Amino acid sequence: MALLDVKDLSVTFARRGQRTVHAVDGVSFSVDAGEVVGLVGESGCGKSVTSLALMGLLPRQRGVSVGGSAIFDGTDLLQLDQRSMRDVRGRDVAMIFQDPLSSLNPVIPIGLQVTEVLVRHRDMGREAARKEAVALLDRVGIPDPQRRLKEYPHQLSGGMRQRALIAMAVACQPRLLIADEPTTALDVTIQAQILELLKELVRDSDTALIMITHDLGVVAGMCDTINVLYAGRVVETARRKELFAGRRHPYTVGLLRSIPRLDAGRGEKLTPIRGSVRDVLPWTEGCAFAPRCDFRVDACLGEPPAMTPTHTGHEYRCVNPVPLSQPEEARA
Amino acid sequence: MFRFIVRRLLQLIPTLFGLSILLFIWLHRLPGGPETALLGERGTPESRAAIRESLGLNESVLIQYGRFVKRLVQLDLGTSISTKRSVTTEFLQRFPGTVELTITAMVIAIGVGIPLGYLAARRRGSFLDQFSVGGSLLGTCIPIFFLAYVLKAIFAENLGWFPTIGRQDASIEATHITNFFVLDGILTREWDAAADAIWHLVLPGVALASIPLAIIVRITRASVLEVLGEDFVRTAEAKGLTERTIRRRHVLRNAMLPVATSIGLLTGLLLSGAVLTETVFAFSGIGAFIKDAISNLDYPVLMGFIMIIAVVFALVNLLVDVSYSLIDPRVRVR
Amino acid sequence: MRSTIPRGPRMTLAPGKKKEKLDRLAELSAVRDDEQGVSLWREAMRRLRRNPSAIVGAAILVIFVLVAVVGPFLVPFDPVDQSGIREGVIKPGSIPGSSAEHWLGYDHQGRDEFSRLIVGARQTLIVGIVSTLIGLTIGVTIGGIAGAAAGLGGRWGRLIDSVLMRIVDMLLSLPSLLLAVSVAALLGPSLTTVMIAVGVVSVPIFARLLRGSMIAQANRDYVLAASSLGVRKSRIAISHIVPNSLAPVIVQATLTLATAIIEVAALSFLGLGNPDSTQPEWGLMLADAQVYLDVRPGLAIYPALGIIITALGFTLLGEAMREALDPKLRR
Repeated sequence: MALLDVKDLSVTFARRGQRTVHAVDGVSFSVDAGEVVGLVGESGCGKSVTSLALMGLLPRQRGVSVGGSAIFDGTDLLQLDQRSMRDVRGRDVAMIFQDPLSSLNPVIPIGLQVTEVLVRHRDMGREAARKEAVALLDRVGIPDPQRRLKEYPHQLSGGMRQRALIAMAVACQPRLLIADEPTTALDVTIQAQILELLKELVRDSDTALIMITHDLGVVAGMCDTINVLYAGRVVETARRKELFAGRRHPYTVGLLRSIPRLDAGRGEKLTPIRGSVRDVLPWTEGCAFAPRCDFRVDACLGEPPAMTPTHTGHEYRCVNPVPLSQPEEARA
Repeated sequence: MFRFIVRRLLQLIPTLFGLSILLFIWLHRLPGGPETALLGERGTPESRAAIRESLGLNESVLIQYGRFVKRLVQLDLGTSISTKRSVTTEFLQRFPGTVELTITAMVIAIGVGIPLGYLAARRRGSFLDQFSVGGSLLGTCIPIFFLAYVLKAIFAENLGWFPTIGRQDASIEATHITNFFVLDGILTREWDAAADAIWHLVLPGVALASIPLAIIVRITRASVLEVLGEDFVRTAEAKGLTERTIRRRHVLRNAMLPVATSIGLLTGLLLSGAVLTETVFAFSGIGAFIKDAISNLDYPVLMGFIMIIAVVFALVNLLVDVSYSLIDPRVRVR
Repeated sequence: MRSTIPRGPRMTLAPGKKKEKLDRLAELSAVRDDEQGVSLWREAMRRLRRNPSAIVGAAILVIFVLVAVVGPFLVPFDPVDQSGIREGVIKPGSIPGSSAEHWLGYDHQGRDEFSRLIVGARQTLIVGIVSTLIGLTIGVTIGGIAGAAAGLGGRWGRLIDSVLMRIVDMLLSLPSLLLAVSVAALLGPSLTTVMIAVGVVSVPIFARLLRGSMIAQANRDYVLAASSLGVRKSRIAISHIVPNSLAPVIVQATLTLATAIIEVAALSFLGLGNPDSTQPEWGLMLADAQVYLDVRPGLAIYPALGIIITALGFTLLGEAMREALDPKLRR
């Protein structure tokens, strides 16, 4: 039984006088306890919005509508009212965001930002919370945690800020952690450290992790299962090895092919995906990737392709997928 | 922190210096010359000669200026032409009244303005929001003295809910120690006197508060709107904190920073408004006295008050700056 | 199994309806990237036109200006003619109100209130504009010199900037009313005095605004680019920095017009305005009418309404302009 089972999640933004945006258009995936699941895709594919929808953090305005279901441990998160959701957030499901500096309150000390989670969800007293906060900061690798309690965000480095945010997220030992591009704003060396830290935490406490990123390198290093998103829908999902060895969806192929390679010959041209994210077809009219797809056939238009399941659990949403064992793909 | 304060106080000196030069020039350019200005039309030849002597009008400009500054520093600000008492005395006697009035106005402006601005931001686009924005725009467009008269006419004269003029009912025979009438009433436990003083503060306080209220609503609303869109508020939500915690610790503490800065700037407005309001309500603070000084061409009072008020104003700004650095840790001087 | 996929862009679609439909749909979905860059001003005008409060503000102002310019030619009575006294209708404690002939009644000196109100609009407009212009020109000059000096002059420039700003700060260290009063004391009570006084009060605001704006612009990349192309600093200042710094000044001028009218009224109330109340001006009319509030509140209410509505018009327009010109709000 999966810890989190997302089925047909959809998020639409409607604004007066403008076209309705289907940011998330039927996303389905599942996460088991202790599993690291990646959500991969270009900017604008809906991965961040998916995570916000799961957390109930989408702006509560008239034009925003959420559909589908997200069953977390028996409860549909999307049906919970605000109050119950506030109990779930931070305690059962926690989230880490992209920019650590702007994600921290600049006028209160770090210690308070950690203890407030403990006080809220674990009902700890001030002294107990403070001790626990020191332990948490230490756990995430912040040196001299006792002193850090009283410091302010602007006094910490970028890596330390992100570690502090991770400490706040795992403070109550949530069963599911969502990390939205946690390393994008950091230096490369710090990136590796933060990812290591996340892996450790996940391993030690059997927390499930949803890793949202556009960086395939990150995904390759961390995730057990990878979901590739395009235009608000999952177009391929596979266990890590299978995805990299035997990807089928042309978009995934395009993503992998567009990574510059160190062993490529000098002067060899890069191969980006044709067109841009905006050259998209609505899923109702066929495959959204079709305008940019090199493997396009007639059947790609008209009906949205369904997910083709395989016996290994690898699924892809394509009627004309990339055949296995391609000569030029042998390099990967 | 201490060094910061000292540094700011030192920065004050050249400003006051420049101000004294300006005042000096001003005094000597007044119609009739400084002797007429300081003595009034009815100065006797002897007193005029005496003033000439003490001002050093027969000597060089530098010496005159020197004496001028010397008198200023000794807090000898001259004698009021109309009341014949020293300007300093008049100031000290009347200042508490204006302080009480200003405090009342600020309490109203902040007490109503901040919650209103916050609610307007939270419920953006709602009727409350539009009403607040519209009201605050309107508030800055109504002449204070007109508003004061209207309030007086409706609530004091017509409905009789509040007294029409003055700071206190003479029949109460209150004892005055500090000249802060409300405080005096409390200190001497003459509760009726204190209550009466407060009652006299209501209408003028509301009139005076109108513009600061409008400004505070507008700034609070804009600031809260901006903070609500910040990432750290999203983090706070993601932590599952209660609405109350988020509001107090995350939204308001950050949103109040610009409001705090503008409160310092509002002091100037309050003083201008005090002159007008006190006149309408015959409230015996320095505002009304300034008005009388204008009518009576009582230049010593004007000059003296200008100097004092400039200093007070600067000190208030310093206070605001200091408190700002206390609120915002990023600004703290190490 | 031979690989049937050739290299390069692969168009495996049969020609015909579906391909065209696809290409057309792709075209439609693609956002047009060839939008012409719009200048700040044109974009601002576009936003203004859609902003309801801007429209209301502009409408009020248009009406106001029309009344001010054309009104005096159309008034039924001579605003200075004290006909009421001649006709004996003005008695102590009683000033006649609206009637068929005198739409708003008489004022305390027997003149037709309606005519005075209309003619007063013109004087009020002039007063507002002149005070603001005084503050604007002096303030902008000082601020411009300070800003330019700070950006261009090296050591001397910074000194000039410092001195000028100290003077400005001194003016700011006085509450506006006291400053106005001191100026008025020097010049004796008259309408000109009041205009100058109110103008002087707004000098520091304009000076700081322009200087701040110029310094902010000087730090922008396009200035760096121009300077690296060899454009002389003085030319950069005049042709590039100043035009781009003007936006907040214009917004402030509009807002200052609103407050100028109100402050003139306040100064008149304090007795610093024109002692002779023959020529109607709304501030003066309001000040004079305070005494008669219980007898004829209308005398105060009409000019007050005029002032409030006009100030509101300027404020609405000014605030809308500020929003429209704010580059941060670009969608």
